[in-house]
Amino acid sequence: MARTGPKNSALRVLVWLGVILAVLTAVLAGGTMAGQASWAPKLALDLEGGTQMILAPRVEGGSDINEEQLNQAVAIIRQRVDGSGVAEAEISTQSGRNVVVSLPGTPSKETRALIQASADMNFRPVIQAGAGAAVPVASRTPADKLPKPTAAPKNSSDENWVTADVYKKFEALDCDNPSQDKQERSDPAKPLVTCEPASDGRPAIKYILGPVEVKGSDITTSSFQLQRGAQGAVTNQWAVDIQFNDEGTAKFKTVTERLNKFYVAAGGETGSDPKSQFAIVLDDQVISAPRSQAVITDGRPQITGGFTEQSAKALSDQLRFGALPISFEIQSDQQISATLGGEQLRMGMLAGLIGLLLVVVYSLFQYRALGFVTVASLVVAGALTYLAIAILGWTENYRLSLAGVAGIIVAIGQTADSFIVYFERIRDELREGRGLVSAVENGWKRAKRTVLASKAVNLLAALVLYFVAVGNVRGFAFTLGLTAIADLIVVFMFTHPTLQVLARTKFFGEGHKFSGLDPKRLGAVPLYRGAGRIRTPEDRPVAAPRAKNTGAAAEAERRMTIAERRLAEKQEQLAGSSKSASKEGK
Amino acid sequence: MASFATFGNELYTGKRSYDFVGSKKIWFLIAAAAVALSILLPIAKGGFNLGIEFRGGSEFTVSNVKDRDAALGEKAVQEVVSGSLPRVANVAGNTMRIQTDKLSDDEVIKVKEGLTKAYGVTDNEVTSTFVGPTWGADVTKQALLGLAIFVGLAAVLMALYFRTWKMSLSALAGMAVTMFVTAGVYSLSDFEVTPSAVIGFLTVLSYSLYDTVVVFDKIRENTADLQASTRRTFAEEVNLAVNQTLVRSINTMMVAILPVGAILFIGAGLLGAGTLRDLSLALFVGILIGTAATIFVAAPLYAWLRQGEPDLIKQAKRVQQRRAEHAAKAAPATA
Repeated sequence: MARTGPKNSALRVLVWLGVILAVLTAVLAGGTMAGQASWAPKLALDLEGGTQMILAPRVEGGSDINEEQLNQAVAIIRQRVDGSGVAEAEISTQSGRNVVVSLPGTPSKETRALIQASADMNFRPVIQAGAGAAVPVASRTPADKLPKPTAAPKNSSDENWVTADVYKKFEALDCDNPSQDKQERSDPAKPLVTCEPASDGRPAIKYILGPVEVKGSDITTSSFQLQRGAQGAVTNQWAVDIQFNDEGTAKFKTVTERLNKFYVAAGGETGSDPKSQFAIVLDDQVISAPRSQAVITDGRPQITGGFTEQSAKALSDQLRFGALPISFEIQSDQQISATLGGEQLRMGMLAGLIGLLLVVVYSLFQYRALGFVTVASLVVAGALTYLAIAILGWTENYRLSLAGVAGIIVAIGQTADSFIVYFERIRDELREGRGLVSAVENGWKRAKRTVLASKAVNLLAALVLYFVAVGNVRGFAFTLGLTAIADLIVVFMFTHPTLQVLARTKFFGEGHKFSGLDPKRLGAVPLYRGAGRIRTPEDRPVAAPRAKNTGAAAEAERRMTIAERRLAEKQEQLAGSSKSASKEGK
Repeated sequence: MASFATFGNELYTGKRSYDFVGSKKIWFLIAAAAVALSILLPIAKGGFNLGIEFRGGSEFTVSNVKDRDAALGEKAVQEVVSGSLPRVANVAGNTMRIQTDKLSDDEVIKVKEGLTKAYGVTDNEVTSTFVGPTWGADVTKQALLGLAIFVGLAAVLMALYFRTWKMSLSALAGMAVTMFVTAGVYSLSDFEVTPSAVIGFLTVLSYSLYDTVVVFDKIRENTADLQASTRRTFAEEVNLAVNQTLVRSINTMMVAILPVGAILFIGAGLLGAGTLRDLSLALFVGILIGTAATIFVAAPLYAWLRQGEPDLIKQAKRVQQRRAEHAAKAAPATA
């Protein structure tokens, strides 16, 4: 076989890229045929319109909602909507009374339920706890050995709550891969089988919880601070403080009296009786299940242990929000048209296309035939991005807003930059006098580092903003990350292999005038010039006005010091030959 | 036109060289002045013109309209408050929703009248209320938090990659200049600040750091074996790296700015105000400034931060010495 190693592997990589594209297309085609996905990317609220829901908060007891509560309600809903994908919903308040939620497209029943649900918080004692994974079917307790209640339960921690049904549910529950189905709201008077989702590297835990003992509405407030030691000195442990109202204080005292007995009986600090724990349950999920280390008589419990500042703040926020007994009633639910006319999108696209055309012209002008590699790479990047957007629109409800479209157009610039960096490195190598094949390999080695380092910055921005920010910014981060990844795939799997192949063609390999890699144009002097000649000291033509040798002069000059160069220039002036004249001769 | 390739060759070999590092005082002065102006002018002019998404505003609902053309509503509002950007949408059938910036009571009445006439409905079919911001304090807070974490992590990432915190610091300084000047120019344009503009702004920040990393990587490469060489001093190597990547900087900037410019001048020119104009202005200015800040601020700053290092001073002395020897040798020849 005449094929060389790198060329072979380059072709293999190109085939792999084809496979990736084909698989993505197949996935999208499958989704489309199943009627769930569509070939067109989904559009966001500003371009497509959607559904506008006006929610009236209902405060328990019929009192009016205040501004702070309203803002908290907006924050809660935003968290819920963001949790269900990257749809870029708009959430605002109206008349200082209502919350207006605008969602693109037609929101599913689940999304609607999610938005409407109140933040329902309460405290339940733990009866049993277990590792998060579901017990494999084979090793589950057989029917005759399932627990059977022997008497009516005396209190909420009583094991008699655990019936055969409850236990079966507990064994089957899989907290490592929680199901996304919206469960019906639990009955506060009955036991609850539920999860504490994994967080901060702690695995998920599942629980059987007794009936509700203290309601979240009994919390007056919650805060977080650094824990104080016995002498009152501040330690570096974060703690969350809760304050109950009178009713809550009395109930909490009864609970902790009971739970603390389990704690002491199990050996205090070293013991681990799950019954000494009480679970803080928000919307039927355990957010924390601390052990009852003391009897709390003043209604001011403090939760400690393993908090970071952020997780302490999160829990304290949840306790406060959860303490807001707000539910929402949908007042109106209407279709709403796009706020930006289709004209905006059309003009944007048109302008974008014109811009792209300019990019093509510029690349061809700058890089000649190599410009076609840029254009082809951009086309591949565009295809990848398009497929990713359409697929993510299906799976993640990712929607393109006008800002997103513009973001992608800008991404063209950054994608093209990878090629520009790479091409310039190849040209640098050619200027050093290498042949094209080795210039491609060497240039790639250097360009790869630069491309990876600079894309890392973009990916970092995308990741951080995606996980921290909310709303539009989150959508932006998603787009940024998406285009950065598409760019990396293209430069590694298309541009470089293509150049490896092209470098071995006659047109590029011999540096045709229009290849953009013409060593002469780049001012290179080959180390070896055939006929046994290699570059000799005489080729350092200080005053060599022949057109062909201008490059050689430049090359030689690079190797001179500034003093040498100045001298050379002076001599040249004396010789009466101007370099600019020789340049035009090329 | 072969000259651009020649231009690249000459920059690469050092035959043609722009003194970015040596004239740093001028660049720093210009940058400082630009930043100061970018802070002072917007303040003098009364801050940013925040849009309805940030401040909330007035909302009008027109029911039973016959013509659902959004342009009618836009015109009716603009006749009362010129230069405003109302958001008009059609809600469920024959209802129009028009959102504007916060209006005075007087303006509300006038807009109501205008809308009644524009859509040909009766007085009681136009109602008004006020709406809160969709980009509320919580969104801003999270965005700023995210930004702070990103900048922190990016600084660590760059310091680890380049093995010197001085590069991190210089890159961040370049980004800060880009940030201030872009925000300043945006404020002076008197365009309304919309979420799109903020998104554009975030894009610019990531572009600015990205651009700096590419140039700094060349600097890292050029200065890696500096101690073993007496050809150029550290500052000269930095300057050479910037010159060698100048063609790339110009090409990248052109490629990034062509589509944005097309949107800004063609799209916005045809469409007038709107999301596209806000976004593309922020991007256009940001990309220009970001590229310039890398060349004129970040790279010279890096050279300046390191010039006091004892190793580099010694190396610079060796270079001077060698040059002096050469000059001495060459002197009779030129005489």
